[in-house]
Amino acid sequence: MTAAKTLYDKIWDAHVADEAEDGTCLLYIDRHLVHEVTSPQAFEGLRMAGRKVRAPEKTIAVPDHNVPTTPDREQGIKNEESRIQVEALDKNAREFGVNYYPVDDIRQGIVHIVGPEQGWTLPGMTVVCGDSHTATHGAFGALAHGIGTSEVEHVLATQTLIQKKSKNMKVEITGKLRPGVTAKDITLAVIGKTGTAGGTGHVIEYCGEAIRSLSMEGRMTVCNMAIEGGARAGLIAPDETTFEYIKGRPHAPKGAQWEAALTWWKTLYTDEGAHFDKVVTIKGEDIAPVVTWGTSPEDVLAITDNVPSPEDFAGGKVDAARRSLEYMGLKPGTPLSEVAIDAVFIGSCTNGRIEDLRAAAEIVKGKKIATGVRGMVVPGSGLVRLQAEEEGLAEIFEAAGFEWRMAGCSMCLAMNPDQLAPEERCASTSNRNFEGRQGFKGRTHLMSPAMAAAAAITGRLTDVRDLM
Amino acid sequence: MDKFTTLTGIAAPLPLINIDTDMIIPKQFLKTIKRSGLGVNLFDEMRYDSEGNENPDFVLNKPAYRESQILVAGDNFGCGSSREHAPWAIKDFGIRCVIAPSFADIFYNNCFKNGILPIALPQEDVDKLMDDAERGANAVVTIDLENQTITGPDGGKISFEIDTFKKHCLLNGLDDISLTLEKSAAIDTFETQAAQSRPWV
Repeated sequence: MTAAKTLYDKIWDAHVADEAEDGTCLLYIDRHLVHEVTSPQAFEGLRMAGRKVRAPEKTIAVPDHNVPTTPDREQGIKNEESRIQVEALDKNAREFGVNYYPVDDIRQGIVHIVGPEQGWTLPGMTVVCGDSHTATHGAFGALAHGIGTSEVEHVLATQTLIQKKSKNMKVEITGKLRPGVTAKDITLAVIGKTGTAGGTGHVIEYCGEAIRSLSMEGRMTVCNMAIEGGARAGLIAPDETTFEYIKGRPHAPKGAQWEAALTWWKTLYTDEGAHFDKVVTIKGEDIAPVVTWGTSPEDVLAITDNVPSPEDFAGGKVDAARRSLEYMGLKPGTPLSEVAIDAVFIGSCTNGRIEDLRAAAEIVKGKKIATGVRGMVVPGSGLVRLQAEEEGLAEIFEAAGFEWRMAGCSMCLAMNPDQLAPEERCASTSNRNFEGRQGFKGRTHLMSPAMAAAAAITGRLTDVRDLM
Repeated sequence: MDKFTTLTGIAAPLPLINIDTDMIIPKQFLKTIKRSGLGVNLFDEMRYDSEGNENPDFVLNKPAYRESQILVAGDNFGCGSSREHAPWAIKDFGIRCVIAPSFADIFYNNCFKNGILPIALPQEDVDKLMDDAERGANAVVTIDLENQTITGPDGGKISFEIDTFKKHCLLNGLDDISLTLEKSAAIDTFETQAAQSRPWV
């Protein structure tokens, strides 16, 4: 009898092309996603060495970080450096013959939204991208993680990655979620519990009834932030929800291939009795709508809580909390629901999918953004944008006073003109609240799309359940 | 890639936990299409004010630490994004070794691709080196990769662990892609088999 395997073990074993005596492996890569920020040096490296892309048909490029999201963007990128970087991707994609969605293609968008949308991401695959939020694709039961630019070049040249196997970590969310609690609250609550280094050296498998009940969009939100918990990859075993989402997508298998794929995909689950090096269990009903208060994604509290004091912590976290509170301009003891905001950002690879926009629109419908607050909705792809327009969501956002933007990473990392001013405070559906992340001295509070929508209406951090 | 064998230099103390990649190199500097020239913007938002003037309190701006080659930092160094611009900026500044209780995985890996040695040590050892690093121009520390030791200013030795393959590559300045291309036959075989067993990929 063979030993019980985790889902991670199974995908890993199916992709080892070579193993050295010390356990260093060459892991074969099925899908390589590429964006404009972390790839120019890699393509240049290939060019200098006279190398080709080994598998251009498995390589998918799309510009997302630098692209403007204003409706006039067909007039070109004003910032010269951003323009050069996007033009470099354009040139590299065409020269090396990889799959490519340019800025003016309706399918363009954030790489982690485009991949699944187009059916490139499938269960049991290995997926990499020069971007830490590649973890998103783990929602399909694909082993997906971020890599650096040297590794991008390595994958382009060899279609493999030099890797040693990580440890297995299980994160189980039992039971059901309460009303107003979403996938974003799950993933933030997990990081709040385990810390930003809790998953370091591990691949996380998320399981349990609350995870099973999530849509694919929700599962992608959960896996997206595995990296914020320190894990390079997050996984969710594929099931009928997964297969239903994939079926019929442009690059999904068809006919007999679909049946063959399905047969294998149905074997992709953790065997009973398989070993996990670390296990975390959270009751679904214990999770509240949450927000972050500090400058680390682990600084998570229920919206009903108060701003903490540095003395509530121990070790290096005392100084870190003091620094965070000063940066965030918050006083210990203040109820979080009394913290006034200046801006709202709805979008990103964490929460820029159609379900996220529906959830936000549901709260916003028939209401107006609070006076003095600026709100921005940035769909994750051109197709999400189109669908939201067809469903009437764009109209709801615009009527409420939100700006309705074109697809891109936008204010999640503020590489394009979408930025916070110093000390501006933002209710954001993105994934990182680091110092300066959304703009120099900008202040970020992470939360779900529904919570961000609620904050937009009241002008302060708000318990979405009060508006439901 | 540049070799790393031994290094003797000034160690700068940066006693903060969770130093993220946005702190190491903010996003406005990711627009470059080159690997070089990022050292001047290392730790940009801590190092300069909004006018671009140096913040005299930041460690790397202090006279004793302007030529630092080693950085001693808190837990979970390099968390956040996969940007290799972070190790590029560190190296371009002149730092070849970072010592911390723990590192984020992607950053840790990226260091080795650029001839930088990240050393993870127990908290008490890092605390001791942090004290050593507080000694300004006297904070001279020697790293010996072959023997896996760190020698402090008082001659005290600390040993460290490192993956054998990564050590071998650093000591010899080996290029990963060339190494892997030597195994092209194994990749070809895998690809042929995978085309049979998972033709939809």
